[in-house]
Amino acid sequence: MSNLDQFRAETREWLEANCPPAMRSPYRSEADLCWGGRKFEFQSEEQRLWLERMAEKGWTAPTWPSEYGGGGLNREQAKILKQEMERIGARQPLYSFGLFMIGPALLKFGSEALKQQHLPPIIRGEIHWAQGYSEPNAGSDLASLQARAEDKGDHYLLNGSKVWTSYGDRGDWMFCLVRTNTEAPKHKGISLVLFDMTTPGVTVKPIKLISGKSPFTETIFDNVRVEKDQVVGEVDDGWTVAKYLLTHEREMIGGTGLARTGSRNLSERAIDALGTRDGVLDHPALRADIAKFEIDSKALALTLERFRDEAKAGASLGAVSSMLKYYGTELNMRRQELLMAIGGSEALNWEGGENGAGDLPRAWLRSRGNSIEGGTSEIQLNIVAKRILGLPS
Amino acid sequence: MALILNEEQQMLQDAARDFLAERAPLAHLRELRDTDNEERLSRELWAEMAEMGWPAILVPEEHGGLGYGYGGLGIVLEQTGRTLTPSPLLGTALTGVAALAAAGSGAQCAEILPKVAAGELLLALACDETARHDPGFVSCKAESSENGFTISGRKVAVHDGHAADLLIVSADTGNGISLFLVPADSEGVTVERYPVLDIGAAANVLLDEVRLPGSALLGPLDGGGDILNQVLDAARVGIAAEMLGLAQEVFERTMDYIKQRKQFGVPVGGFQGLQHRAAELYAEIELCKSLVIKALQSLDEGADDMAELASATKAKLCETAHSAANEGIQMHGGIGMTDEFDIGFFLKRCQILESLYGDRYFHHDRFARLRNY
Ligand SMILES: Cc1cc2nc3c(=O)[nH]c(=O)nc-3n(C[C@H](O)[C@H](O)[C@H](O)COP(=O)(O)OP(=O)(O)OC[C@H]3O[C@@H](n4cnc5c(N)ncnc54)[C@H](O)[C@@H]3O)c2cc1C
Repeated sequence: MSNLDQFRAETREWLEANCPPAMRSPYRSEADLCWGGRKFEFQSEEQRLWLERMAEKGWTAPTWPSEYGGGGLNREQAKILKQEMERIGARQPLYSFGLFMIGPALLKFGSEALKQQHLPPIIRGEIHWAQGYSEPNAGSDLASLQARAEDKGDHYLLNGSKVWTSYGDRGDWMFCLVRTNTEAPKHKGISLVLFDMTTPGVTVKPIKLISGKSPFTETIFDNVRVEKDQVVGEVDDGWTVAKYLLTHEREMIGGTGLARTGSRNLSERAIDALGTRDGVLDHPALRADIAKFEIDSKALALTLERFRDEAKAGASLGAVSSMLKYYGTELNMRRQELLMAIGGSEALNWEGGENGAGDLPRAWLRSRGNSIEGGTSEIQLNIVAKRILGLPS
Repeated sequence: MALILNEEQQMLQDAARDFLAERAPLAHLRELRDTDNEERLSRELWAEMAEMGWPAILVPEEHGGLGYGYGGLGIVLEQTGRTLTPSPLLGTALTGVAALAAAGSGAQCAEILPKVAAGELLLALACDETARHDPGFVSCKAESSENGFTISGRKVAVHDGHAADLLIVSADTGNGISLFLVPADSEGVTVERYPVLDIGAAANVLLDEVRLPGSALLGPLDGGGDILNQVLDAARVGIAAEMLGLAQEVFERTMDYIKQRKQFGVPVGGFQGLQHRAAELYAEIELCKSLVIKALQSLDEGADDMAELASATKAKLCETAHSAANEGIQMHGGIGMTDEFDIGFFLKRCQILESLYGDRYFHHDRFARLRNY
């Protein structure tokens, strides 16, 4: 047996023994995701146990070095773990901005002390990280941001505000882009700093979305003290770190286009709702759109797999992540549109669905943000055109 | 298996690219069209391809082949897709060999495959009877007669039918479909050749009480339906590989053009209206690459979900290669519409490859059926 075969066998055995049955069922809605963090309330004992067991092995962050508590797996092993988890329908034990965003940036740019401080709690799901990038006047043109960190000798003093902070209300720590140099050109005077959101002077105000929910906030800073050792990468060179982090964010968002929520896939739902005629779905136009959607999903999943096969384990995919982000989000939005069409008037019920919470229309409305968050679709296409295709500015 | 080419495959790719650049660039296609070549195929080129071993790629080693599998042949087809090189690779080296490998008896394989591998025998699959691909519709009939069969019917749009020595014909045998090996020069066979829109040709084949020996039966009697589907799936993936090369080439040529063509004092490639369409197309082509490599690997592995994957791949490639070819013309502006300029060739070939063994509409429908909706 090759080493990889042996790894597969051991992994399979371990998952069988350790993945609680309840964690092998498909997500019913976004509420089933385990985000971790100080304020997180586990939905069930199984969810808590699953996180604990996976974190113990470092498999919440399979490719991170084991010295920080990561799984230390190589690319092939990580792929096997993923396949074995898919085989039994295991849920992700942890889903967090720590894992997908700040963690990779710390691994690449962070000081040894920062890695020691922040990576283990991320792996164990103890800290919920919030992303402080966008400001009211700095969206697509992120580098024009104004939040100001003033050098006070042994620390910085932070003033300004961030907006559209996803899950800002659940955030424990924030990674935040701030201006540390007002003289330098706009891309040069930015730093990425980390601070605890319970630090005095941090205020979060919920913002209600069109889905009727408030998973994001405005975050205001009034003389917030930020320690000097909490700068990731070089002072004034935060833009480099910020862009690297964005490629990971985009890859993650692109992948969510493939996430399956609900126990049945699109075509099964369509058959339940519309029935069949002569053995096929009784709606030719909708049926064709579903087929196209499913083919594109399959192709995107294979493309993610191919890119990971081509890259080194844990490496950033660079500008290609813009393509994945663009395609994955457009795909998810297509899925939501199809679900609405299949649901017809039933999908309009604001308090309908299995748990009376109007999951369907709310998820659909929320999905409109997919092509905005993490950089809009237009911005991703600009990046592909210039950085990959080499088209002129 | 990792979705990347192995070392051997990379070498094959380089060799194919170099050979085609030298011996059969796009100018070769134009030359074939503009000289009076009835067959619209270059036999000399095919002989050179045979020397390179291409017709032998899929042939098992025991029959004089190389045994590089679909993964290998797909790589070469992708390259001929880039140069739009007309050749019997698809009809003979892929589809024909796939049919024999799937259903041929020891004797049939021993007789036919070595000749195919040497480039001495051309094959063509004659399955369609309707203008839109519908392999399940077979009115061509084969009846048992003394020591064999008598077969009558009409096949249309037979790919390479005008050049093939040996036809693989599907016929109704009463309790199902069966496949037959029919020499093109048999008595009662009429090959009606017609030109198709790029430069190639195809043929309708009339079978009028053609008498065949019992040894002409390929695979089990009445059991040819499944085999035909299996062979068609292999062919569809091969076509998709060719279309992948076509899509990439037309896209790259178009990108080069819009970087240097100036209007309003700037390169037109700087306009966001073109950039976003180019970026979207890039994404679609990346998805196509993944499907093609996976489908080729799956053919070699004999994967269970082959039918579904073949339909997904063919459908997606039809869609993407077609928009790449359309954008090729649009982004070139007026010059793209001229016969003198090469870009239009890509759209013409694309349309032919799309229609062959099922266009996107056929495969969307089939994909949905295979997934039970
Ligand atoms: C659900 C959701 C969650 C989010 N979470 C976070 C978070 O956690 N942290 C955070 O920091 N931010 C977050 N954001 C903010 C997000 O990153 C910004 O909304 C996004 O970058 C766009 O900025 P904007 O809203 O200012 O739009 P604008 O930049 O004003 O864009 C308006 C329109 O103009 C287009 N446009 C702008 N520039 C160009 C151009 N050069 N070429 C072509 N078109 C252009 C845009 O594509 C868009 O269609 C979130 C947003 C949403 C919707």
